[in-house]
Amino acid sequence: MCLAVPALVTELLPDNMAKISLDGVSMTISVALVKNVAVGDYVIVHVGYALSKVDPDEARRTLDLLDEARGVPLAAGGVR
Amino acid sequence: MKYVDEYRDGDRARDIAAAIAAEVRPDRSYALMEFCGGHTHAISRYGIEDLLPKNVRMIHGPGCPVCVLPIGRIDDAIRLAKRPEVTLCTYADLMRVPASGGLSLMKAKAAGSDIRMVYSSLDAIRIAEANPDRQVVFFAIGFETTTPPTAVALKTAEAKGLMNFSIFCNHVLTPVAMRAILDMPPTPDEPPIAIEGFVGPSHVSTIIGMEPYQVFARDYRKPVVIAGFEPLDVMYAILMLVRQVNEQRADVENQYIRAVRTEGNPVAIELCDEVFELRESFEWRGLGAVPKSALKLRDAFAFYDAEKRFTIETQPAEDNPACECGAILRGQKKPADCRLFGTVCTPETPTGACMVSSEGACAAHWTYGRFRTRQSDAGLRRTA
Repeated sequence: MCLAVPALVTELLPDNMAKISLDGVSMTISVALVKNVAVGDYVIVHVGYALSKVDPDEARRTLDLLDEARGVPLAAGGVR
Repeated sequence: MKYVDEYRDGDRARDIAAAIAAEVRPDRSYALMEFCGGHTHAISRYGIEDLLPKNVRMIHGPGCPVCVLPIGRIDDAIRLAKRPEVTLCTYADLMRVPASGGLSLMKAKAAGSDIRMVYSSLDAIRIAEANPDRQVVFFAIGFETTTPPTAVALKTAEAKGLMNFSIFCNHVLTPVAMRAILDMPPTPDEPPIAIEGFVGPSHVSTIIGMEPYQVFARDYRKPVVIAGFEPLDVMYAILMLVRQVNEQRADVENQYIRAVRTEGNPVAIELCDEVFELRESFEWRGLGAVPKSALKLRDAFAFYDAEKRFTIETQPAEDNPACECGAILRGQKKPADCRLFGTVCTPETPTGACMVSSEGACAAHWTYGRFRTRQSDAGLRRTA
């Protein structure tokens, strides 16, 4: 019950609900726990609730750190 | 899938493994506990242990909510469900957990009790709205991740004026359990576990943030690295822990920066503070009674408290004496050390909770780990 993946917000609905897409599979979840969710955001979904937004800059930075650890030079414009 | 595939890249994994191998000191061992069942699952599923040097050992922790719920509370839920007026709503993971007398929620449902599997706490609200003549009880379990969704359901029930909805609250706290593991006195049968660092939970940390782990760095001198659930997240967190151990540092670090903020989720924290308060003590499978380790509804919400509405008094119940779930949850034994593992106890016929949940150490080992051998290292690891 703890495994969750980032999902794309495709539509905001009334009552703090939103539609999300997981590789084309659509679901309705609650966004009551996360402020300022917008269409196009990726959110971590767990038991039908968004728990936090995925920060695209930090996601990129994580990949840069991984690449740094493997000795690959950073791509130009990589976020530090 | 965006934000997933790139963190499952095999070439990157092999290179991170080479970096770990290059940085571990050959003259010492590294015993690291992944607290969370989600990490246990990822480590087994992606064969991460095969990519680690022999002197890096992962110890599976008790962070599987289904596994740590004691039998007595499942018995309570079954008793509730047997009441003719009650509809019990539960997360599906709980359905097959063995209870007393050979029962389970699944068997109780087969025998006629009204038990519904729900994905979200709001499903239970919908069921209560659609069935005003039924008493709908939500069987709320889990760590800090599933606690805010329970609070949202309660506030929704209150806003809608639902009189036939209540919550059987079993929510538990991660940092208290981590401390209980570290404070466990050794016994003649079970020597103390020398944990040198923790892989910190992913989604629990999206809620509680980094501060609650500071006590482990400060008072216990144990490094904690909060990690995402994808295999590369776990491997990079292990590299960060190896570095901390080598440098004799004990800090709380965050590898899961794309989802975990330092302060956590203030909306969720505030909501949980409003709705819940600490229990004096709560029984855990594997850890026994742990003071201030679980939550109950505040008196202001007593109307929605199933324990009050139905006068639930939990009776202690014994696990199968041959089942090693307790020692496995404490990190003192491995699934294969249990003589029931793979014979009497399989995912099809589980004896203990660790075999029921996909996040349980036994289920993970049964599904992904049984065929592993150390010989596979050579085939998996490229020469650095």
